[in-house]
Amino acid sequence: MTPTPRPSLWEYANPVKFMRLSDWLLPLTAWLAAAAIAVGLVWGFFLTPDDFRQGSTVKIIFLHVPSALMAINAWAMMLVASLVWLIRRHHVSALAARAAGPVGAMMTLIALFTGAIWGQPMWGTWWAWDPRLTSFLILFLFYLGYIALWSAIEDPDTAADLTAVLCIVGSVFAVLSRYAAIFWNQGLHQGASLSVAPGTRMDWAYKAPLYVSMTGFGLLFLALVLAGTRTEIRARRMKALINRERMQG
Amino acid sequence: MIALLARDLRLAMRAGGGFGLGLAFFLVLAVLVPLGVGPEGGTLAAIAPGILWIGALLACLLSLDRIFALDFEDGSLDLLATAPIPLEGVVAVKALAHWLTTGLPLVLAAPVLGILLNLPGPAYGELVVSLLIGTPALSVIGAFGAALTVGLKRGGLLMSLLVLPLYVPTLVFGAEAVSRGAQGLPVATPLLLLAGITAGSTALLPFAAALALRINLR
Repeated sequence: MTPTPRPSLWEYANPVKFMRLSDWLLPLTAWLAAAAIAVGLVWGFFLTPDDFRQGSTVKIIFLHVPSALMAINAWAMMLVASLVWLIRRHHVSALAARAAGPVGAMMTLIALFTGAIWGQPMWGTWWAWDPRLTSFLILFLFYLGYIALWSAIEDPDTAADLTAVLCIVGSVFAVLSRYAAIFWNQGLHQGASLSVAPGTRMDWAYKAPLYVSMTGFGLLFLALVLAGTRTEIRARRMKALINRERMQG
Repeated sequence: MIALLARDLRLAMRAGGGFGLGLAFFLVLAVLVPLGVGPEGGTLAAIAPGILWIGALLACLLSLDRIFALDFEDGSLDLLATAPIPLEGVVAVKALAHWLTTGLPLVLAAPVLGILLNLPGPAYGELVVSLLIGTPALSVIGAFGAALTVGLKRGGLLMSLLVLPLYVPTLVFGAEAVSRGAQGLPVATPLLLLAGITAGSTALLPFAAALALRINLR
């Protein structure tokens, strides 16, 4: 009797298994994301009190913080997926990193725009060269470079390798830029809104819908990456089929 | 390796266009900026540190595609990759050659252009020192960007998109050192951070660049 193999995450590096898994996981995460974002935003926008100083502008936090969170985490996910690709050569991983790029770039843009909309009434300016704002803009540039390199190279494996190397080097320089920006200019932006440290400054009336909205954005990111990865896998299969036809014909 | 360095330097000198081009660009920029922002000494003095550093950055960027592209086209890069010296060493030597032909002339020319931009007196030492410390990082980071895009037909524009964000920390610390020098503040901290970036990228980026070159030559 052969021992049954222990179930492992690496099984889903097999495209067929990944497709089978994402077949039901994608609609599930998509609907959960829609539900969580709808609940979080409706709760946040209509059922929370106005802040005593910021008035109703405070409510943009339910878009701003989750998108900023996902903008950074999307890059972290790309870094992990790139390392997995370079070390274990699983194609699904490289394609997932590719799918995460545009999503992360959009999240960065949403965070920048909602921040500008909030900053106009609160700080009296759409944009300030504050370290946090600056490093987000630089992060956006890194996303642009990453996406551009993917689309510039024709051979898919070369593109996956080179973008993975860029992602690793870029991560180091993105962190360096973050601290360079702090060194360069003291900022306007308040500190972290949420913190695991004791003495948190935010009331649960805001925190609860914010957590729901953050969960929704996380699920939205997952669903978009799954959808993008599935598209890439299908595109690869189609290319392989066309090539096979051509060889036989 | 020394032979390779000598070869690269000779090629840069004799091929024309490569050696003086970055320098000429630097000069043109230093002439254009006062024409654009007006000749008031105070304004120019305030922006001179930043303009000089950005000029150095762009002048470096202009000549980056020459690091690997010509050797890639005529096939000598394949020979270098199979040569007994490691490819990491080849990258380091080529970055050094790039620095000697682009970075070092910029360092020497910067004080003259500082006069054109009305850079305040005490900042000249910091300008030269910060460029001397910082421009090697520009060459090494640029060599990495050039290695990533060497296989592309028109990689120049893409390379600037990839390389310029990587130049951010170098620019911040370099320009900060000069402007602190101009205000008579202590400059040790930004200079040390700048040196750290140069040391770190010189130590690590040749490996990343060599990896990218191997992928491109596959």
